[in-house]
Amino acid sequence: MTATAPAAPPTRQPHAPVLVVLPALNEAESIGRVVAEVRHHQPGADLLVVDDGSVDRTADVARSAGARVMSLPFNLGVGGAMRAAYRFAFEEGYDCVVQVDADGQHDPSDIARLRTALADADIVVGARFAGVGDYVVRGPRRWAMRLLAATLSRLVGTPLTDPTSGFRMVNGRALSLFAFDFPEEYLGDTVEALVLASRARLRIAQVPVAMRERTTGAPSQNAFRSSAYLVRVVTAIVLAVARRAPIARPGSTVEATAT
Amino acid sequence: MARLTIVTVVVAILAFVLVFELLRRRRLRQKYAFLWVLVAGVTVLLSVFPEALAHASALLGIAVPSNLLFLVSLLILFGVSLQLSIEVGVLEEQTRRLAEEIGALRLRLEEVEWRSRLDPTSDQAADEAPVPTEDDVDGPRRCG
Repeated sequence: MTATAPAAPPTRQPHAPVLVVLPALNEAESIGRVVAEVRHHQPGADLLVVDDGSVDRTADVARSAGARVMSLPFNLGVGGAMRAAYRFAFEEGYDCVVQVDADGQHDPSDIARLRTALADADIVVGARFAGVGDYVVRGPRRWAMRLLAATLSRLVGTPLTDPTSGFRMVNGRALSLFAFDFPEEYLGDTVEALVLASRARLRIAQVPVAMRERTTGAPSQNAFRSSAYLVRVVTAIVLAVARRAPIARPGSTVEATAT
Repeated sequence: MARLTIVTVVVAILAFVLVFELLRRRRLRQKYAFLWVLVAGVTVLLSVFPEALAHASALLGIAVPSNLLFLVSLLILFGVSLQLSIEVGVLEEQTRRLAEEIGALRLRLEEVEWRSRLDPTSDQAADEAPVPTEDDVDGPRRCG
């Protein structure tokens, strides 16, 4: 099976073991500051901004702030951007990839805490509602998030308070799964990916983090949207469970963890 | 009844000709053409031998023969649109993959170009990932 999987090239260059990925869509206002902050807190890490078809100067700003920039030819959504990033990270031979939101709602100083937790897990999720921070959500969206959290905790076998959090770190084992098998549909990159990982027998853990106010943009909170969200959550979970379990690629796993 | 037969036969033959012409101009793949040729063929058969339809509906317990015709047409259309939805999904997945690959290739190419501009004598000199600065981003790198 090794022959079919596009394995990492034999001449891999030595790299910083951590790759910080910031999927960004039209985040020119905040990306520069976020990149600078990440570099301040993680001076040894490489930074990859995935410019998901932005129409503003996101790519230029990120590049001049010192990040590597992968520009996608058109918008693929967060899931697609992350899939591209995971594939890239796998091919480049990174051991550890952390996803951070480009809008500045994740605190880069928490990356170190995620890293510590990665010692006993393959995927670490930085979670709100776990005792730190004061992020409040009400109405149908809150029920949806509660239901989602409870269901996912049971499915995965670890308590998860914030399964849709985009602040997560994966190690080489998880990377070798996500590089080839990453659900890119809505909620796929967060919810379905966790189900997928647990079915591939990866260990999942969460670390409580505080989310900051978004510096730009506003979260959607109206009732109709929240109900639609609830429906999509249920659909995503049902599909994630009903789909075939991921195929482990023995060759690729060895490749990724060998370094 | 004979007039209706003529109309149906003409329509079926037109469908045949259309499919053949599309195939000839390579606008239609053979895998889809087969289905449409089959549909046109069955239409001709039914318009020439309407008793066949009546016989089949009697066999299936359908009182009005035309209802069988409607049922079958609906099923065929349902099948075709489902098939097309699947194909669109496959195409979308392939396009996404290509976009991801292009993103990664473009990034690598930019870094190779940047490296060779730094040191024109060797093309694999720098070990660390180069960090391009503001004045490096002026080239034509947008493609859509």
